[in-house]
Amino acid sequence: MSILVNKNTKVITQGITGATGLFHAQQCRDYGTQMVGGTTPGKGGTQIDGFPVFDTVEEAVAKTGANASVIYVPPIGAADAIMEAVDAGIELVICITEGVPVLDMVKVKQYLKGSRTRLVGPNCPGVITPEECKIGIMPGYIHKKGKVGIVSRSGTLTYEAVWQLSSRNLGQSTCVGIGGDPVNGTSHLDVLRMFEEDPETEAVIMIGEIGGDAEEQAATFVKEHMKKPVAAFIAGATAPSGKRMGHAGAIISGGKGGAAEKKEYLRACGISVADSPAEMAEALLKIWTP
Amino acid sequence: MNIHEYQAKEILRRYGVPVPDGHVVYNSNSARDWAKRLGEGPWVVKAQIHAGGRGKGGGVKLARTPDEVKKLAVDMIGMTLVTHQTGPEGKHVKRVLVEKGCNIDKEYYLSFLVDRGTSRVTLMASAAGGMDIEKVAEETPEQIFFESIDPLIGMAPFQARKVAFKLGLGMAQVKQAVPLLMNLYRVFVEEDCSLLEINPLVLTKEGNLLCIDAKLNFDDNALFRHRVIRDMRDYDEEDHNEIEASQYDLSYIALDGNIGCLVNGAGLAMATMDIIKHYGGEPANFLDVGGGATIERVTEAFKIILSDAKVKGILVNIFGGIMKCDVIATGVIEAAKQVGVKVPLVVRLEGTNVAKGKQLLAESGLNILSADGMADAAEKIVKAVRAAA
Repeated sequence: MSILVNKNTKVITQGITGATGLFHAQQCRDYGTQMVGGTTPGKGGTQIDGFPVFDTVEEAVAKTGANASVIYVPPIGAADAIMEAVDAGIELVICITEGVPVLDMVKVKQYLKGSRTRLVGPNCPGVITPEECKIGIMPGYIHKKGKVGIVSRSGTLTYEAVWQLSSRNLGQSTCVGIGGDPVNGTSHLDVLRMFEEDPETEAVIMIGEIGGDAEEQAATFVKEHMKKPVAAFIAGATAPSGKRMGHAGAIISGGKGGAAEKKEYLRACGISVADSPAEMAEALLKIWTP
Repeated sequence: MNIHEYQAKEILRRYGVPVPDGHVVYNSNSARDWAKRLGEGPWVVKAQIHAGGRGKGGGVKLARTPDEVKKLAVDMIGMTLVTHQTGPEGKHVKRVLVEKGCNIDKEYYLSFLVDRGTSRVTLMASAAGGMDIEKVAEETPEQIFFESIDPLIGMAPFQARKVAFKLGLGMAQVKQAVPLLMNLYRVFVEEDCSLLEINPLVLTKEGNLLCIDAKLNFDDNALFRHRVIRDMRDYDEEDHNEIEASQYDLSYIALDGNIGCLVNGAGLAMATMDIIKHYGGEPANFLDVGGGATIERVTEAFKIILSDAKVKGILVNIFGGIMKCDVIATGVIEAAKQVGVKVPLVVRLEGTNVAKGKQLLAESGLNILSADGMADAAEKIVKAVRAAA
């Protein structure tokens, strides 16, 4: 077990004939993921590096039996690509694309209601269950199979946490990058709920950022419903108010969403909070014995 | 992206939202001419800068005659206006908005924004207009009304009526408020705003609703489909290095410290700033080179960091995913050669092609301190900068 993805997950790549889409489709296949094909409108019926290409997601699903999709389509068409995957009944859609307009995502969220699809992202590194299934842009070799679940708004900071765990010989059950945008498909809270129910996951690292109150909501869940130990890091303690730090979601406005307040709230909910990003694994080991 | 008040009002006018008659001017003579053309006084002269709190700083004044308008424009154009949002250095005023004044009876607050909690656009309204809304939210939250808007339906007339009645408007004004609110919502979604704020919306003594101040921010990610908005960008209102960076798709924000940072990924970039501070240093900037950065972009990133005279050392922290370490290494070497790095440079690489990247750095003949892990990197750069000081 694990969450979201495993060795049986069959993945198609939307935007597979683009340079980024193809590169990562190859990388994921090399990792062992069942990458069963992809879509690019107008290139249906062709093949690219052994991947069958289809015009539509509907057709790709019918021909390959895919139950997951990963999206590298540019921002202008990303929301449309997500909705196409939802329409085709894909269970898990992971949108890597960075720079999707927020109001496009507002519409997508509405479109998702009542569907069977879970969306992860956009603007995220993807999801990996080590040694079983890697969907996204994370470097596979740093991961190790194990019992720690990771959920994060940031890509590279997730790799940092994984690295700290793997180099201590602590593996991961599943690592989920939920993305740094203000409106996204899956929240910290959603992932914590899945980790709590997953028998393979024994402990969790949650990586958050300044801005919004998603980390606080997740912390409330930890306090009220979680039995598994949770450690956390909140990036942006040095960020000034009113400046957008790269991620559209990472902005302190009106004195809300600051790192200090978040850390304090998380600690009050029983979470072990690392003050330095180099101490995420240590923070977890303070409250969890593998 | 931000725009000026007069530009925001031009957009509102286009959508049929009532705003005062007015015109932007760049010199005092045309300020007087426009006052006359707008009809009878009084007039309001408003400094146009991208910051709030202008009134308290002396950037909004009332004039009774066209000559007074001219005099105020003389005073304001060229002045450095300091408000709580500009920082102590203030902002240079290059243009003023000359507007017809009105007789204010009551003031209200309106704003639209994307609520992360509901993933919908939300209207916020309050009868406590003209005040700092954050203060109202803290002290008297019951005075703020929210209305969440269905993205497929848009702002429904009943929602606009609900808000108007809650604000205590009479039936004649409710009839004006309904199209006003619906049109504001149209502005928000059709122009891809990230914030639309009217503070205050006023009820005049003649019984009309009028938006006498307007603030519009736009979603940078949606600017590709708004040429008109893009053309409204005023580069003078932005940090020179931040503009330079955005041309290369780099995300850069200047800070006050002396250790420059070059990092991939926004989260890791923030965490790198945090760890520098954790070890007693002060970051000079936030800089995210993003995924898929080219040698050219990394080189430019380096140039931008080094153009800041405060920078006494640089920390490069790259965890490769999309971005390969050898690309970063090549960029660092190219930039260091082109610009000539005279400050300590600590490089921490991890991820795809890390061995190749480290090898390139080692063989470059440049004075680069290699670090293993973030803590080691931060300690090394803080120490090196102290030693050099």
